[in-house]
Amino acid sequence: MAGHRILIAKPGLDGHDRGAKIVARALRDAGFEVIYSGLRQTPAQVATAAVQEDVRAVGLSILSGAHNVLLPEITELLAAQGADDVLVFAGGIIPDRDIETLKEAGIDAVFLPGTHTSDIVDYLNERLG
Amino acid sequence: MTIKDPPTLTEDEKETGRRSFYNDESLVVLSAAREGWETATREAFDKRPPWKTDFTTVSSMEVPHLVTPEQVADIDPIADIGIPGEFPYTRGIHPSGYRGKSWTMRQFAGFGTAADTNERFKYLLSNGQTGLSVAFHLPTLYGYDSDHEMSKGEVGKCGVAIDTLADMEILFAGIPLGDVTTSMTINSTAPILLAMYLAVAEQQGVDIRRQVGGTLQNDILKEYIAQKEYIFPPRPSMRLVTDQFAFAAEHVPRWNTISISGYHIREAGSTALQELAFTLRDGIEYVQYGLDAGLDVDDFAPRLSFFFNSHNDFFEEIAKFRAARKIWATVMRERFGAKDPRSWMCRFHTQTAGCSLTAQQPYNNVVRTTVQALAAVLGGTQSLHTNALDETLALPTEENARIALRTQQILAHESGVINTVDPLGGSYLVEELTRRMVDGTFDYFRKIDDYGGMVEAIEAGYPQREIMDAAFQFQRAFERGVKKMVGVNDFVLEDELPMETLYISDDLAAEQVGFLNETRDKRDAGAVERTLDALKRGSAGDENTMPLIVDCVKAYCSVGEISDALRDVFGAYEEPAVF
Repeated sequence: MAGHRILIAKPGLDGHDRGAKIVARALRDAGFEVIYSGLRQTPAQVATAAVQEDVRAVGLSILSGAHNVLLPEITELLAAQGADDVLVFAGGIIPDRDIETLKEAGIDAVFLPGTHTSDIVDYLNERLG
Repeated sequence: MTIKDPPTLTEDEKETGRRSFYNDESLVVLSAAREGWETATREAFDKRPPWKTDFTTVSSMEVPHLVTPEQVADIDPIADIGIPGEFPYTRGIHPSGYRGKSWTMRQFAGFGTAADTNERFKYLLSNGQTGLSVAFHLPTLYGYDSDHEMSKGEVGKCGVAIDTLADMEILFAGIPLGDVTTSMTINSTAPILLAMYLAVAEQQGVDIRRQVGGTLQNDILKEYIAQKEYIFPPRPSMRLVTDQFAFAAEHVPRWNTISISGYHIREAGSTALQELAFTLRDGIEYVQYGLDAGLDVDDFAPRLSFFFNSHNDFFEEIAKFRAARKIWATVMRERFGAKDPRSWMCRFHTQTAGCSLTAQQPYNNVVRTTVQALAAVLGGTQSLHTNALDETLALPTEENARIALRTQQILAHESGVINTVDPLGGSYLVEELTRRMVDGTFDYFRKIDDYGGMVEAIEAGYPQREIMDAAFQFQRAFERGVKKMVGVNDFVLEDELPMETLYISDDLAAEQVGFLNETRDKRDAGAVERTLDALKRGSAGDENTMPLIVDCVKAYCSVGEISDALRDVFGAYEEPAVF
């Protein structure tokens, strides 16, 4: 069901926001309530925003290569704040060899280049019910 | 050399004020023939419709099915097209085209530590590359040291880690800076990296005034518009840029102080026309700020250079490049009254379109890059970066970087396209598209002038919105299948083998931070404090910041320390998070 509140965030120094903004707009058009973090967010800022805004899911867009360091830190911080029920998914330039590690660290899904925004909408509808 | 004594206008031409290539009788005959063609085409499509519905460019621009001479008869062969090496330079800035000098093959490279990148530079030079182009890692671009909280996970990932002059010395070790020109993709922290480059050249004993040449990207306006690597608010950022104009004009006359960039605007999703219009309008803004700072236009305008994207749509791109030269020459001469022909010339670097590459079936990217590179060459680029086939996955491996360079060498040495200057000049289609690019750009100029200028338009979010809308339109067309990407939304392979890519370990950060601390321990702490204080005082006043930054760099102050000094004075910029 659409209508859920979602945070789309850009962790790290990566300024490539084309994908994040396209996903944010597509989710909004699909009926989600979307909050976009803006650029250059530390893991702590992302986790705090997720908790304060009481979101059901966090989408992390990252193309800089810092995913192995920043993404697990975000899931840990969410858990530490009692928000481990928040669904965390990611998108961007992420090598295949890192995907398994990220999933073990609590990233539920990783969307790679060429993904249709409708696939992300379907995924969220399925996971959030 | 100029075109002397253009023929007087005929009676018909006087009506429009423009000359024509064609005589009226021929046009009448062709016009009638065109009607016949239209009927024949319509009948053919009645029997069997076109095989697809969308025949627009990758930017969704409508293009004519056929162009006949009467449609382009009002394009003036002298005033609009002219001759290579002459105003308005539609056909190129050099009379000799690529026979006098081929374009510079300049592959953007940088990763890991300075030593890693130094090795890649030497590899590229030994393989026939003719200029250097440095990619810095994100912390250097944003003015943070490698041990800053914000640098976590980013060290050496998207480019080479440079914290102090000590790193820069290693980066160019064994590369004579008097013999090679270097382009540096650096914007907010450009003055710091320029100062470091000059310090290394000085250590090598190179005559800076006579021998040092290169380019800084230094285009801060497109950072707010598209690339988003800003630190300070727009106005103090513009002051840093004009400080560098003045400094370089006096001390490093062969240095291009800015490379006004459409590349990132396009990568962020703009159309070809928006890329052209916003980039050239940024150029106008820099010239205006230079004039407002008291500089003479012909003192700094000859050192302005441009940087464009070359995307998949072949003729649209070629038209864009030709139009860029014509528009810039017109603006510089007519809007700014520049007298030196070098001020009129739009010199540009081109990079093939990273956003056109696909992670799926990545070898197909070699083909895309070849088409894009060919468009850039037919458009008359001065230098070129061809993307490696794996660049949508990671920074390129050595082998893939070599194939990218070889692509340029094949174009230059085997394809024959370099033999004739502006080989598509006079093509009905290319001249028509060039005209549309010119007209569309002047329309955008009027809109931006209405905001009061580009800084004001950016503050109002206008170019950002235009680009975002275009990006979203393309995504929708792609998802509906109206726009195809081979291997992604059609011609898909079910079982693709993963590709080996360059992997940069997170362990590298510790090594880099260790070296930074060593440098901090060895330097003269008094000199660090003194030079940083002087920079703060100078930037709070109206002193030129550039010589002060040179002093900081020579005292081995770090990128982070110098940027913090400027942050203290200028403040930091944050954009509103809208989508």
